[in-house]
Amino acid sequence: MMRQGEADRPLLVASGLLTVFGLLALYSAGQTDVPTRAAGVWYRQFFWVGLGVLAMLTASRVPPRLLEWAAPLLYGIATLLLVVVLAVGTGSGTAASSKSWIAVGGVKLGQPAELAKVACILLLARHLSGLREPPRTLRDLLKPCLIIGVPFLLVMKQPDLGSALVFVGIFFAMLFWAGVPARMLAFIASPAVSLLLAFSTLWWGSWMVLLFGLIVLWRPFVLDAVIVYLANVAMGIIAIPLWEKLAPYQQNRLLTFLNPEVDPQRAGYHAIQSKVAIGSAGLFGKGLTQGPQKRLAFLPEQHTDFIFSVVGEELGFLGVAIALALFLYLFTQLLRIARRASDPFASLVAFGVLGLLFTHVFENVGMTVNLMPITGIPLPFFSFGGSFFVVVAGCLGLVLRVAADSRATGAADI
Amino acid sequence: MSTFDPVALRERAVVARRILLLAFGVLAVTFFRVQIVEHERYQLRAETNRLRPVPLPPPRGTIFDRRGEVIAESAAGYSVKLLAPSLDSLRAVLRRMGEVITLDPSVVNATVERYRTARYAPAIVFNDASFATVSKLEEHRARLPGLVIQSEPRRFYPAGAAVAHLVGYVGEVTQDDLDNGRYRGAQVGSIVGKAGLERSYDDSLRGREGMRYIEVNARGGLVRDEAGVPALPPTAGIPITTTIDLDLQRFVDSIWPAGVRGALVALTPAGEVRALYSSPAYDPNAFVGGIKADEWRRLNTDSATPLLNRAIIGRYPPASPFKLATAAMALRRGLIRLDTHMPISCSGGFRLGNRVFKCWEKKGHGSLDLVGAVAKSCDVYFYQLGLRLGLEAIIADGVLMGFRDRSGIDLPSEQVPIFPSTTAYFDQRYGPRNWSPPATTLNFAIGQGENTQTLVNMVRFYQALAGDGTLVTPYLVRPQAPQAGRATNLGLKAEDLAGLREALVAVVARGTASRSRLADLAVAGKTGTAQNPHGEDHGWFIGFAPADKPALVVGAIMEFAGHGSTVAPYVVQVLARYVRGPERTELEGRIPVDSSPRVEELMGDTLKGDSIMAAVRGRLRR
Repeated sequence: MMRQGEADRPLLVASGLLTVFGLLALYSAGQTDVPTRAAGVWYRQFFWVGLGVLAMLTASRVPPRLLEWAAPLLYGIATLLLVVVLAVGTGSGTAASSKSWIAVGGVKLGQPAELAKVACILLLARHLSGLREPPRTLRDLLKPCLIIGVPFLLVMKQPDLGSALVFVGIFFAMLFWAGVPARMLAFIASPAVSLLLAFSTLWWGSWMVLLFGLIVLWRPFVLDAVIVYLANVAMGIIAIPLWEKLAPYQQNRLLTFLNPEVDPQRAGYHAIQSKVAIGSAGLFGKGLTQGPQKRLAFLPEQHTDFIFSVVGEELGFLGVAIALALFLYLFTQLLRIARRASDPFASLVAFGVLGLLFTHVFENVGMTVNLMPITGIPLPFFSFGGSFFVVVAGCLGLVLRVAADSRATGAADI
Repeated sequence: MSTFDPVALRERAVVARRILLLAFGVLAVTFFRVQIVEHERYQLRAETNRLRPVPLPPPRGTIFDRRGEVIAESAAGYSVKLLAPSLDSLRAVLRRMGEVITLDPSVVNATVERYRTARYAPAIVFNDASFATVSKLEEHRARLPGLVIQSEPRRFYPAGAAVAHLVGYVGEVTQDDLDNGRYRGAQVGSIVGKAGLERSYDDSLRGREGMRYIEVNARGGLVRDEAGVPALPPTAGIPITTTIDLDLQRFVDSIWPAGVRGALVALTPAGEVRALYSSPAYDPNAFVGGIKADEWRRLNTDSATPLLNRAIIGRYPPASPFKLATAAMALRRGLIRLDTHMPISCSGGFRLGNRVFKCWEKKGHGSLDLVGAVAKSCDVYFYQLGLRLGLEAIIADGVLMGFRDRSGIDLPSEQVPIFPSTTAYFDQRYGPRNWSPPATTLNFAIGQGENTQTLVNMVRFYQALAGDGTLVTPYLVRPQAPQAGRATNLGLKAEDLAGLREALVAVVARGTASRSRLADLAVAGKTGTAQNPHGEDHGWFIGFAPADKPALVVGAIMEFAGHGSTVAPYVVQVLARYVRGPERTELEGRIPVDSSPRVEELMGDTLKGDSIMAAVRGRLRR
């Protein structure tokens, strides 16, 4: 049991500040001259914040051993829900046609994908912490790949590219923390590079030569080398047919990432308007609630996926820098806690949470300035949305428990 | 457990921290670039996002007549425009607008078309909406996002159709106009002069458009007017004062026989246009705010061509009025004097080779001097005069006297008369052997043949006769600087000029127009009958008064009038109205203005040119 005063203060402070910042931004997002759906969401968010605090307290009281024991069960439930949602799920907002939400009687309860993220972290932590030495071959990575792969594919099927990306982020973060060598991770990631470069024979060819050089240099196991190389070849071959199989809107999203002006009225609209709002702000911004682009509804989804554009427009570079600094501070604390955890499972859970949050923040903030392609992915603490806020709070509760345990065992002082 | 021993974890933590710092560094640098380095660019982009320029049309300059009466003015009106973020929402708002007011499908199409050409400017729905329409729309404003109503000056022509061909009309500039740069400084939606004075003086009448900005939201709804951006006020057009006598112009309109096609031009000897009238006309007020499609179609398909300004565009054989030109050429060259008789006296015809060219007077005129020949319009006299001059001289002097040039009046689209430059023209047109120079000479001498003139150009020639023998450029607005070089002298001696005037007085006093003479006003003039292969001949009359000290030169042509004596009374009335003023409009002499008397036997003024040519060619073939 965690006793009063043992809570990790820096983590609490960082989360608290980010929550307040997020509420301010959410309040401002509703202040428009044109009625939008965002009008009254900020006080509804208070409910979710309360629920989040509850989730945090609860999670911080769960013993890690119980979690470790319950991880497969939780994973099973989450996977089941992901299957169910494919059958009966509903869409939301701009992604109205995808099946991401579980709704009962028209009330959206939440996205199973959020639960699956936590379940994946727990199960992966359980598996990796049980290994006697870090995975060194692809064979060793088969199980982690399966753990992540099943929910990843189910989420892709919805389709929800953003959430799928988060699974990948968690996967790489936790493998890294479990001691998988960087070169190994590079090999695993290499087919994705092939997929991207396949559009130019010259680039792809060069990449394959480079990959061969890396294999010779880093000398992985022969079987692994063959598999990696073949996977790259396969990706190069299927890239074009795969592209043609994508829905036009998906193609457009990727194309507009490269150049939003291709279709400024539709596919590129979000990217352009967000960048315009942020860029017009300057150093100090237009003032909280005063952003003209937001007020006049040029800024799309300003209370959910693009809430950081509101921060950028109204608080300027200064506000952006403060928000980023707070996130960075939070992540540093998570890193510290992961490093000083009392046992491998706890450490991996903390680092998994870091991977989860980092992927969300980097992708979401990056897409507002066209640094990343646009995917529907919420920004922790800022975006309006119940289940995600609760999940984030619960995750931080788990990390609080990890911190408390390490303090109790003295590991924190190492 | 080596995987998670503190040392290994610390190493990984260092790597992880570096990755974190790098990622956040990239984010910070990107935001710095967008928000600080490229700030200006996005600021501008944001403003064009939400600020829409709305042009403020300037009031067009007023057009005054010479006494300061208004020919065209700018009255208060309203325009209705729509701002829309997309074509679909524009159509939706138009649909809802159609539920409130009656909206013609053609208006909807025009609006959509305007929207397509300029998406960010408010698309004009009505240029000239009634107060009732505007108040209905205002009532339903909440349902019509993007509705922009502004008070906008509209053109008004108090005299209506009476001044149609004089002032022309205004309309929205077309894409074609813009592409060809026809109107300096005009933009999509600008109202420009399309014809008449409105067109010629558009540059100064139009003024300069102002601009205001309105703030819109992403759905095209109007948020705030002005938006704190200072509007550029419109500059009013410069008013122009014309030489027109609006009273006279209205008078012409009031006496013009209904349904008769033709035109009338009144000039002072100095070249100031006092009246310019063409019939049929149209109501220029119908064009304000965009003419209705069916009205436009009617104007364009009407066989009477009401849009055609017959005074400057219509070309007619000059006929007998041209005999004065023939006479002037001979006097100028010293071939004859005013009292010269021709060797062959008129017995109703003139033999050329084995062909007889008839005089319109079958009984013959006997032996006449020049004055008498003009008074009686004797064809036989002018046949011989033509032969004495020779075709080369007639053509050369004709060119010199401006029969090959536009009059240069300050109205758009004046036609160039058809008049050969040399006799080579005939060789080219008919072949060197297929035309007879003597027969052509006879034709030209009496104003027939390959010679068609605009009314204004013929009146200009008579203006020279009425004045000091100098051809001036007629104008409606006094030019800033006198147009040097445009004035050409006929080259007549003063006494010859006086003699020709004397002859023209005789035309009215005892000649072909004697039925139109007035007891107390000496009118000089010349009738003419232009042969018309398509039907009844066209009638001409060009005259001036008072004969001794001309104040006004008036010429008129009436299509299918039979001939000149039918036209003469109208011209005489106009002269009388101008010289004596409106108090004494009634003429002493009774003038048969309503009837078109059967006058063929009385005055078969000229021979049918076509039959002459046919005869000539037939003989040559034989």
